[in-house]
Amino acid sequence: MSKPVLATTSLAGCFGCHMSILDIDERILTLIELVEFNKSPINDIKTFTKQCDIGLIEGGCCNSENVHVLRDFRKHCNILVSLGECAIMGGLPAMRNGILIKECFHEAYLNGPSTTANTGHIIPNDPELPCLLDKVYPCQEIVRIDYYLPGCPPRADLIWETLVSLISGKPAELPYEVIKFD
Amino acid sequence: MKTTVNKIIKKYKNDRYRLMDILLDIQEELGYIPEDLNQMIADELSISKVELDETISFYHFLTQKPLGEYTVYLNNSVTAGMMFREDVKKTFEEQSGVLFGNVSSDGLIGLFDTSCIGMSDQEPAAIINNVMFTNLTPFRVKEIVADMKEGKPVEEMHKQNFGGGKNSSDLIQAVVKNNIRRKGPVLWDPYEPGEGLRKSITMEPGDVIEEIKNSHLRGRGGAGFPTGLKWEFCNKSREKERYIFCNADEGEPGTFKDRVILTEMPKMVFEGMAIAGYAVGAKSGVVYIRYEYLYLRKYLENTLSELRKAKLLGRNIAGKNGFDFDIRIQYGAGAYICGEESALLESAEGKRGEPRDRPPFPVEKGFKGKPTIINNVETLAKVVKIIKKGSTWFTNLGTQESAGTKLLSISGDCRFPGVYEIEWGHSIYDILEMVGATDVQAVQVGGPSGILINPNQLPRKLGYEDLGTGGSLIIFHESRNLIREVVMNFTEFFIEESCGSCSTCRNTPFILKQKLEKILDGHGVVQDIDDLVEWSKNLKFSRCGLGHTAGNPIITSIQNFRHLYEKLVQRDRDYDTGFNLAESVKESCEASNRSTVV
Ligand SMILES: Cc1cc2nc3c(=O)[nH]c(=O)nc-3n(C[C@H](O)[C@H](O)[C@H](O)COP(=O)(O)O)c2cc1C
Ligand code: SF4
Ligand code: SF4
Repeated sequence: MSKPVLATTSLAGCFGCHMSILDIDERILTLIELVEFNKSPINDIKTFTKQCDIGLIEGGCCNSENVHVLRDFRKHCNILVSLGECAIMGGLPAMRNGILIKECFHEAYLNGPSTTANTGHIIPNDPELPCLLDKVYPCQEIVRIDYYLPGCPPRADLIWETLVSLISGKPAELPYEVIKFD
Repeated sequence: MKTTVNKIIKKYKNDRYRLMDILLDIQEELGYIPEDLNQMIADELSISKVELDETISFYHFLTQKPLGEYTVYLNNSVTAGMMFREDVKKTFEEQSGVLFGNVSSDGLIGLFDTSCIGMSDQEPAAIINNVMFTNLTPFRVKEIVADMKEGKPVEEMHKQNFGGGKNSSDLIQAVVKNNIRRKGPVLWDPYEPGEGLRKSITMEPGDVIEEIKNSHLRGRGGAGFPTGLKWEFCNKSREKERYIFCNADEGEPGTFKDRVILTEMPKMVFEGMAIAGYAVGAKSGVVYIRYEYLYLRKYLENTLSELRKAKLLGRNIAGKNGFDFDIRIQYGAGAYICGEESALLESAEGKRGEPRDRPPFPVEKGFKGKPTIINNVETLAKVVKIIKKGSTWFTNLGTQESAGTKLLSISGDCRFPGVYEIEWGHSIYDILEMVGATDVQAVQVGGPSGILINPNQLPRKLGYEDLGTGGSLIIFHESRNLIREVVMNFTEFFIEESCGSCSTCRNTPFILKQKLEKILDGHGVVQDIDDLVEWSKNLKFSRCGLGHTAGNPIITSIQNFRHLYEKLVQRDRDYDTGFNLAESVKESCEASNRSTVV
């Protein structure tokens, strides 16, 4: 039997969740025994080359590109897992929800303290750039998500346990400390 | 301005507990509470400015900026919507040139929405500068706005006759109608003010409580707690300073019976409070009444004076030496939650109306930490009749578990909306016949926090055995869109009125509303219906009854009208978020001046 295929991506996230994947330490060696990686920043494969079994999504959707990537993941992955607060709830980026985008632009490019270099007072609008969404969306408001791993970032143990159980088909053992944060 | 404010604060002896009165008086004098005086007011009352700020911002009718020489608060309860509120609203906007939520640029007219104002049987209704306007039509609105532009005082704008009964008395002069459709055997049993009180003082206080217990009277405010038991609990307290509160907040949409009682028989209510005072040895009573009923103020104050003159309030009352009891009227400032008894006490103490953790219950620690009895208007009125005619007379009315009568507020699609005093035990079917309702699709029993029943449930009976209720019944004809018109309106009501303390109650109704919208927009899937029910369960972890019941419109409508939801959801898809990429990038593309290519 061929190995299960895993893909990961970071949308509107800080890569902290990916760092947490690496935090499984030496178990990463076992992981590469257990799975084959497809599209992921971990191996830098940029496009899907085949149908995958599991997709891990870090971050919610703040722009049109995020939406395209997420939809692509849904198409290519049998199981999609939201990894971390940003993917589940929008997280820190969602702090902008409720503020007019115009105001955000003005703060970021025209009036904020770090805008002195923008002498042309330009709000970036190159067609190459993705468009911002009206608000930051959690992943499940764009596509169906099968599992949610809480945490900012989720603990390495939680990620590990979840992957192992998804691969082996056995129920995950998730002690309280691993999923509960106060 | 400063001197005016100072004078008002002095009038209340710099008492922070009277903050509500102080703020309402300032607003009445100046039209608003100038923000730059907040620090001074706080200092004068020895509270922090934050405490003051948070109190002012809590109440719908308190404002820190001028809201127009004429401020229109147009009710947005479900029955208003059924009576073409949208047309009235549009006409207000067209005629005054300003949209709802704003004040016209010349500062003349401000237009605002407000939750149910207790006029469900004469909608659409609005409060303009504290004067009640009912049965509004676009034509009438044109006249009103024209009057405003001429600068006419609101009191002179009336073209209709004043409402029936005391509504047309000199001290009220309101177009509000009583719509008393059925005078029942308890409230309308002939009576002379003082009869109940005089009889009670011939009894031992303990025997008064016993008599109320024997009558099986249960609270008419909705929760149905045995009144005698409540009084007994209060009496058992070691604290001797005690208070009697009358709950006249009447905020449950579709309820207006307390308004009619207070208009037609306020003496009976005040007398009931005095009897309670006698029974538990309280010396003062407070009527906490909703801001919306401000038009009754002069009349109620005058009624209290009359009772004082008749020696039925004040010192040594009803001829009994040492029996002192007096009542004052405390107005609220627009918050449904202040009908919840512990929030009511907070508000009466001049704070935000946020419910307290219970226990301790108000009978142990209530107003200013002292044992306090809080009863509904109707409950207190009935006390008088029970004392006068005896508990057996009362228990002979109604059913085994539900003694006596209930005053119902009936509105919606029927020929005779209004109040009806009937014995407990009638079926909803009987009621519909009584009020002239046909082709009924649904009946909301007990207001938004109650249940929405379907035609199969019409044989169900009113009473604590089956359908206990605070008395609001709203009837919906088969032509109504239940989910869009009714369930949505009620859900929005809870979102608006949550005090915001509990994350469950602050957030869940909002999330549920988004799901409802998604279903109504045609993006729903079967899973959404189940999610609505599942997610509503969160609300059970809230602190008070508002949160506990905020999911009821959705839960009970799914229970009893699931087919309506199923008709709206997609059959061929099992997941649809309703997300639209092109729509969602519009705002940013406009803001950065680029075309929306996604
Ligand atoms: C959100 C909420 C609003 C309420 N509003 C009212 C009200 O407007 N009038 C009322 O009498 N009781 C209201 N109640 C019930 C009161 O908390 C309390 O039970 C009642 O005033 C007790 O009086 P009773 O025993 O005579 O009914 C409300 C309760 C909740 C939870
Ligand atoms: S959940 Fe936390 S760690 Fe993960 S992307 Fe968001 S902010 Fe970073
Ligand atoms: S349940 Fe709602 S209204 Fe009641 S205390 Fe909590 S937030 Fe306030």
